[in-house]
Amino acid sequence: MMEKQYWLDKPSNVKRVLVGLYLLCAGLLLTDALHHRHSILQMEGWFGFYSVYGFVACVILVLAAKELRKLVARPKDYYENNDDQ
Amino acid sequence: MISNVPPFLIFFIGACLIFLVPQRWRGWASLLVTLLALLNFASLSHGTYWKVQVLEHSLTFGRIDTLSYLFGLLFHIAAVIATLFSVHVRDSLQNLTSLLYAGGAIGAVFAGDLITLFVFWEIMAIASTFLVWARRSAESNRTGQRYLLVQITSGLLLLAGAASHLGATGSIAFNQIDVETLGGALIFIAFGIKCAFPLLHGWLVDAYPQATPTGTVFLSAFTTKLAVYALARSFPGTEVLIYLGATMAMFPIFYAVIENDLRRVLSYSMINQIGFMVCGIGLGTELALNGAVSHAFNDVLFKSLLFMSMGAVLHMTGRINGTDLGGLYKSMPITTSLCIVGAASISAFPLFSGFVSKSMIMVAAAEEGHAVVFLFLLFASAGVFHHAGIKIPYFAFFGHDAGIRTREPPINMLVAMAIAAGFCIFNGCYPWILYSLLPWEVNYQPYTMSHVISQSQLLFFSALAFALLMTSGLYPPEMRLINLDSDWLHRRLGLRLIHVSARMITFVWARCLRILQDSLEKVVGGIHSLTGPRGVLARTWTTGTGAIWALLLLGLYLLVYYG
Repeated sequence: MMEKQYWLDKPSNVKRVLVGLYLLCAGLLLTDALHHRHSILQMEGWFGFYSVYGFVACVILVLAAKELRKLVARPKDYYENNDDQ
Repeated sequence: MISNVPPFLIFFIGACLIFLVPQRWRGWASLLVTLLALLNFASLSHGTYWKVQVLEHSLTFGRIDTLSYLFGLLFHIAAVIATLFSVHVRDSLQNLTSLLYAGGAIGAVFAGDLITLFVFWEIMAIASTFLVWARRSAESNRTGQRYLLVQITSGLLLLAGAASHLGATGSIAFNQIDVETLGGALIFIAFGIKCAFPLLHGWLVDAYPQATPTGTVFLSAFTTKLAVYALARSFPGTEVLIYLGATMAMFPIFYAVIENDLRRVLSYSMINQIGFMVCGIGLGTELALNGAVSHAFNDVLFKSLLFMSMGAVLHMTGRINGTDLGGLYKSMPITTSLCIVGAASISAFPLFSGFVSKSMIMVAAAEEGHAVVFLFLLFASAGVFHHAGIKIPYFAFFGHDAGIRTREPPINMLVAMAIAAGFCIFNGCYPWILYSLLPWEVNYQPYTMSHVISQSQLLFFSALAFALLMTSGLYPPEMRLINLDSDWLHRRLGLRLIHVSARMITFVWARCLRILQDSLEKVVGGIHSLTGPRGVLARTWTTGTGAIWALLLLGLYLLVYYG
């Protein structure tokens, strides 16, 4: 029996979700041109500050985490041979 | 009508009485106990109750003010939700220790002095350890031992600090304490251990993922939030907390990205969220402190919800690693939806609970001119959405379909998650009831156009980064590895140091014995050479030699006497 096909099983639908996200992001970025942000710190008022910061922060986060993994990752049984000693 | 029963007592008596009912009803009996406790709590009002005189000190079991009332309410709600989530558990040990643990936390919140706080602090430490041991595996056994050691250390520091504080001030009152005294510093570190300060946090990410699926829900609610309460009570406005908090908000998110065990990912995000609260307490303004305690309130609910959803996954599939999961939305759609509510709340999406509390701390940081701290917290806000908001649901429920076909968890689990989700949405959409319970007056409006837009931009662009990194293959894949953290200090370095010290002591001891043996052999040899069969003293001497020796001695005597 064929298993039920779910909406997200179709690659074209995943693509639709992604395109939706891109459009949403573009729209949100454009609101900075229309809406003057009430800000406490000066940098908050810059065009696209929150958008760029969110994007860059996540890219840095992931790339730095990859480097961190090189430093701290160990096999699963790393402690097991030592705990009992 | 005001109740005459201290809230903790209902839990403790209930923990004993549930053994009167058959095993299969004990979960429900526990739930009844927590509901009775909630009812009892509802009848309480602000004031100081249940004082007991011990020697020359007055112990207070019921100091109820705005701050303790809020945490008391939170802990009662958390106890009901977590107990409902674990109603199906047929394990008397967990039934007993869950109630003792919740009761201990509630007793500690209402403690008016440091001795009472210490007693409940230790009850919590011991009871919660059994929730780790209840997994009954060799690994959880060892983890539980490590966890207990850390918790007891924190208790001892608290006791030593309380004694020193008493000596210096003559008071054991659990109020604001000067961190620059010895007693204050010891108490600060005791709270800091339970609060998972940087480098003191290893126990949390070590133990929480090792507890039972239901045990972790209890653990996530009480210990760390009690520590937040204790810091807010004793050390508001302590500047170092701002930087400790910002560090706590930052560093765990890097670990969370590369961690495979999804409950450990949540443990890291827990430290990240506590970081916001600690920072708020350090800032010390009314807005910041309101933000810290309201965020603690919301955090217990959305973090419980996330731990419950992962607990449900573990319960139904027996798996919790990102490498083994994926595609579960097909067989667990309700759990998926509830998890997404928790994920949206922790990420502080508009209309979800994190949005109305975390932002108070951010605004306070900006208003106080801490621009760098503000940027750190903003980075951490984007990061938490990345790992808790997207990674958890993505790797468990979406992503690569691992082919697991299961069912939704038992109804009690679903209802418990739904209640927590209800609180997350309610507090997010209508924060005013929560705000009315806060210790200080609230002059804060979370739903301004600027706030909604800027937060949406931050979050959706974080999502965009995730999507682009994922589709481009740059995102680090989940791997069956563990990551070294500060628990390495005692699990590996400490152990090595003990081994090396033991070897050194053995070596030095052996050398000492050898030297002693050699010396003794020399002495014995010397005596032997003098008195042995061939020794000088054993020779047969002629009478003439004897006469010469006697003459010499007499001559010497005469010289000494007359000289």
